[in-house]
Amino acid sequence: MTQPIRVLLAKVGLDGHDRGVRVVARTLRDAGMDVIYTGLHRTPEEVVNAAIQEDVDILGVSLLSGVQMTVFPKIFKLLAEKGVDDLIIVAGGVMPDEDVAELKKMGVAEVMLQDTPPDAIVKSLTALVTARGPR
Amino acid sequence: MNKTIEQIRAEEKDWEANEVAQFLKKQAERKKEFFTLGDIPVKRTYTAADLENTPVEDIGLPGRYPFTRGPYPTMYRSRPWTMRQIAGFGTGEDTNVRFKFLIAQGQTGISTDFDMPTLMGYDSDHPMSEGEVGREGVAIDTLADMEALLDGIDLEKISVSLTINPTAWILLAMYIVLAEKRGYDLNKLSGTVQADILKEYMAQKEYIYPVAPSVRIVRDIITHCAKTMKRYNPINISGYHISEAGSSPLHEAAFTLANLIAYVEEVTKTGMHVDEFAPRLAFFFVCQADFFEEIAKFRALRRCYAKIMKERFGAKNPESMRLRFHCQTAAASLTKPQYMINVVRTGMQALAAVLGGCQSLHTNGYDEAFAIPTEDAMRMALRTQQIIAEETNVTQVIDPLGGSYFVESLTTEYENRIFEIIKEIDERGGAIKLMEEGWFQKHIADFAYETALRKQSGEKPVIGVNRFVDGTPDPEIHTHPYDKTTAERQIARTKRVRAGQDPKVMAALLEKLKAVAKDESQNIMPVTIELVRAGATMGDLVETLRTIWGTYRETPVY
Repeated sequence: MTQPIRVLLAKVGLDGHDRGVRVVARTLRDAGMDVIYTGLHRTPEEVVNAAIQEDVDILGVSLLSGVQMTVFPKIFKLLAEKGVDDLIIVAGGVMPDEDVAELKKMGVAEVMLQDTPPDAIVKSLTALVTARGPR
Repeated sequence: MNKTIEQIRAEEKDWEANEVAQFLKKQAERKKEFFTLGDIPVKRTYTAADLENTPVEDIGLPGRYPFTRGPYPTMYRSRPWTMRQIAGFGTGEDTNVRFKFLIAQGQTGISTDFDMPTLMGYDSDHPMSEGEVGREGVAIDTLADMEALLDGIDLEKISVSLTINPTAWILLAMYIVLAEKRGYDLNKLSGTVQADILKEYMAQKEYIYPVAPSVRIVRDIITHCAKTMKRYNPINISGYHISEAGSSPLHEAAFTLANLIAYVEEVTKTGMHVDEFAPRLAFFFVCQADFFEEIAKFRALRRCYAKIMKERFGAKNPESMRLRFHCQTAAASLTKPQYMINVVRTGMQALAAVLGGCQSLHTNGYDEAFAIPTEDAMRMALRTQQIIAEETNVTQVIDPLGGSYFVESLTTEYENRIFEIIKEIDERGGAIKLMEEGWFQKHIADFAYETALRKQSGEKPVIGVNRFVDGTPDPEIHTHPYDKTTAERQIARTKRVRAGQDPKVMAALLEKLKAVAKDESQNIMPVTIELVRAGATMGDLVETLRTIWGTYRETPVY
């Protein structure tokens, strides 16, 4: 039997908009994934440490406060420092197209926006883990 | 000739059996059953028989109890609603330029959006503020920032709304000190501070301290204003954020009134009579896409409020029973694909808000699914309101949908359902208890999830997303840029103000603040005003009180 996909979802920074992240948490749980949601107002350090401790396949960070270009570089820097190279990073929230493009260049595997349907999220996360292969 | 209810019903039945049945044989209806966006079933059509449960006195007249038809007897015939576009980014100076632009474009009120650090009580140079200073709103740390924000704006002529919650009491103190310095009569100053902390725990999730001390601060704001600022709205009890967090319109309405009840109970515990503060309680609701449902929601809210204030709290003054509200179109309804159609969505929602009798209105920018709005998007949004106000003539007759079989029936349906939910909340121990148990949060999360599934299945049509998807690329959009020098400029001023503080005075005042905080019978506003005047930063106050009250963390439900 294959292990369920493990996902850590997090809100980083001061932003309290959590409608999207909670819908995603429930969607992934209903799709059979193991979901951990950190709750609000976390720092990049807390989130990266939690992802490592929980040994998740995917770290999803939700942001609707426009700080994506501050937060994601920090997350990648922390991961590099800790020598983590097999964690899949995804982003969610409201952000301009040019930031989406930049984030993908930086190594964010997928950006889920306000109109991304729940099934599409399950599909793309599953595909990302399949493409990575077993650890 | 007056037909009896029975005759009308018989006629309706006959019509169903003949005209309708014959037509259905030729062509079926699009759906088996029809529902409002909030899941309330609606009939094929409505007749006078559907008003059986709506007493004529419940419909009433504008400006008269139960205020179903509007809080004032002349409404927009005297003066249209206040056109109040929210604005805020960068430093006080940056937002001041936007305020003046909007006023020059014909805006009649000001509303201020603060950045996340200001909303959450962190000074701009706090590590938690990194990347967030002046990004989604204006950064305010000290009185000096507030002075820059409102420079050259006559506060006796234009009302200012401060859209802020956990730190509302500090911002209000800054506003008061600024007004005193300019020599204004505080009792003549109009304006609003949002200060609705309960809906933060429920929905928007901006909070610092646990629930009890946070509600006590709100109580202090309300009683302080009732005594010293007679025309000021000390709270804006808000459904908007409950809706944006995912709730149905019905829950938005009912939960907001549950919060109202909690606040009124807290304030009256101090011995203040409801008529001493209720006339200045103000509200804030969303206007979503379901046109008639939203209008019925606003009308039902006015009626429910009137009954609650009169029957539950024993208000005697009619001004304590009339609900006044600010309205904003639904940001969550905006789409990135084909973004210019957001203008049309917003226009429809704005019209429903006006037909529902709002007192002030913010129309969203077409670009808000990308970032905070540009000047161009805000001008378009303001023009939308101006067209409704000046070209359509809908302002000439008050509550033009009053008497509509459908709208009246839906209004009464809303009233009944709202009171059912309030009864359940009472039975379960009240809003504050249920908040701590996550009861509201669960209801909101459930409807948000349902909505996401309905959008996916197409059951909830969203043009450009699941209907009429167009492969051609949209015209390039120019979103609001973030000025990278913002944090530097802002922090420089905060450091300057801090350097000017007298350490002895500050230490003594912060000790006093702690003493007041520990003694619930005292009001926190006077010492806060003293601190602001002495050059305290927001962080000085917030961190001092954190040592007494601690920090709130929610257990998330989904």
